[in-house]
Amino acid sequence: MDWIDILLKVVFAFLMVMVVMTMAGYSVLAERKIASWIQGRVGPNRTALPGLSSIPVLGPMLVKMGIWQPLADGVKFLFKEDPIPGHVKKFYYVLAPMISLAPALITMVVLPFGVYYVDGQAMPLVLANVDIGILFILAVSSLGVYGIVIGGWAANSKYPFYGGIRSSAQMISYELAMGMSILPVLMWANGPAGGLGDLTLYNVVTSQQAVWLVFWMPVPAFVFLVSLFAETNRMPFDAPESETELVGGFHTEYGSFKFGLYFVAEYAHMIIGSAVFTLLFLGGWQLFPTFGILPDWVANPWAGWGWIGSVLSVLVFIGKLLFFIVFFIWVRWTLPRFRYDQIMNLGWKYLVPIALACIFIYALIIAGWDLMVAVENTPAEVVQPDGQVVTQQEDLITH
Amino acid sequence: MQDFFFYLFSALTVLSALLVVVNPNAVNGAMYMILSFIGMAVLFLLLDAFFLAVLQVLVYAGAVMVLFLFIIMLLDVERASKVRPKALSTAAALVGFGLLVVGLGYLFLGGGSVTPAELSAAPEIPMQDGGTNPMEFATASRSFGYGLFTKYMLPFQVTGFLLLIAMMGVIVLSKRLGPSGQEEPTTEAVK
Repeated sequence: MDWIDILLKVVFAFLMVMVVMTMAGYSVLAERKIASWIQGRVGPNRTALPGLSSIPVLGPMLVKMGIWQPLADGVKFLFKEDPIPGHVKKFYYVLAPMISLAPALITMVVLPFGVYYVDGQAMPLVLANVDIGILFILAVSSLGVYGIVIGGWAANSKYPFYGGIRSSAQMISYELAMGMSILPVLMWANGPAGGLGDLTLYNVVTSQQAVWLVFWMPVPAFVFLVSLFAETNRMPFDAPESETELVGGFHTEYGSFKFGLYFVAEYAHMIIGSAVFTLLFLGGWQLFPTFGILPDWVANPWAGWGWIGSVLSVLVFIGKLLFFIVFFIWVRWTLPRFRYDQIMNLGWKYLVPIALACIFIYALIIAGWDLMVAVENTPAEVVQPDGQVVTQQEDLITH
Repeated sequence: MQDFFFYLFSALTVLSALLVVVNPNAVNGAMYMILSFIGMAVLFLLLDAFFLAVLQVLVYAGAVMVLFLFIIMLLDVERASKVRPKALSTAAALVGFGLLVVGLGYLFLGGGSVTPAELSAAPEIPMQDGGTNPMEFATASRSFGYGLFTKYMLPFQVTGFLLLIAMMGVIVLSKRLGPSGQEEPTTEAVK
């Protein structure tokens, strides 16, 4: 690999981190604004930048929208005194917020967020298009729980500890349902929808040209979404930090920038989770599903438009993403918090069996489909007698 | 570059594995174990076995160790770990360690060669023209699935059955029956 390639990768990674972190910062603002609209308040409307806010009409409008608020929040978190309480376990206390943010930033490596075309061939816009994409995301995001567990334990007092214990139990439980709800998607994407037999998210997205999976697999989509709320510790599932019982939950003993890291990590996880949901169930960057009736171009109308098409596909993707962030916030200010035993019941007694049933039902449907319709069209990897592996892609047709 | 990463991460794996054993603090031990698992996952990555690497992180670092940590924190093992081990267990550990060293030495310094029959049971790895990566067969997760559901179907099923037995064993062992034999035990009964 050339050094310029490495440099470009670093620059791209840096840009992506910047975009996601900015989005995380502004989702905090969105949270406060939407919360205040739901509760009939105005929300942040005072923070002003000296120069920019004195532009005639536009300046006051931006101030009223609270555009500069995340900046002020960030500066506050950065410059506040950062005390370490005397009774904590120092090393883990400092380490925990970092562990909680790092997985969110690592998982974005395999997230495709758009397409570009080389000689008419569609390629994903992604930092690393590895075969195991979705498994990588599950694996790395499962490490995020350590940030909360270690943080709760290191704080060395009882409320954070309860928060940490609750959170680890909750995350282990819902991880299972989440992983199983993805299985029908992968089976479908690599079976009847004509995928090439890998687990890249790009493959899943391209297989949804005919029908977005949220229409065809509403139940797995719902299970995935509920697990996503639990995994990100968002409102009906935020027992780990429920204020009424546990003061602040696992981050009770944290202040200033370390608390800020936890806070941003929650939103970063939310963004990554929404992105994964969009890719798995909402057709990624595709504009409309064709439903098998409409012409193919409605899915990717920008196929021949060069770089403008790429930008448009990214914008469509970000649009769907933003919808989900608003949805997360909307749910938070609508539903009350579940009791802890209710959370465990829901996870183990409802979501896991439902996800299992979905696997069986969709496996039967897909097997039936394969037998009836597409038996000689599926690409098969055949091991010949001499040990040579041949992938039969010639007779691959798109459904 | 590859060599550098190999030495770096094998050093990390071995060192943190050693620290798991040596460190008296249980939570520290668990954290070192996670580190060791991640180091091993990177070694898998360097071998282009992406699927194995991810499973290593997903299953061991992401799920098993969370449970370990959970138990350690819940049971306050830290206090228990301050107790010095008995002389007998120390001796047993030393004997076990010695046997392990001898066994490994036997394996690596000649002796334990593989018979042709055993070799033919291993999955085929087709060599490619021009000396390019011969492990490419194993990089796609699809090839794992293909192997598991064709050539290794029986071992796969047996392993699954083994796990089922283990799970049932755990249920039997952990479900303490109350005096009547059917009801949930009261707190006093468990104490």
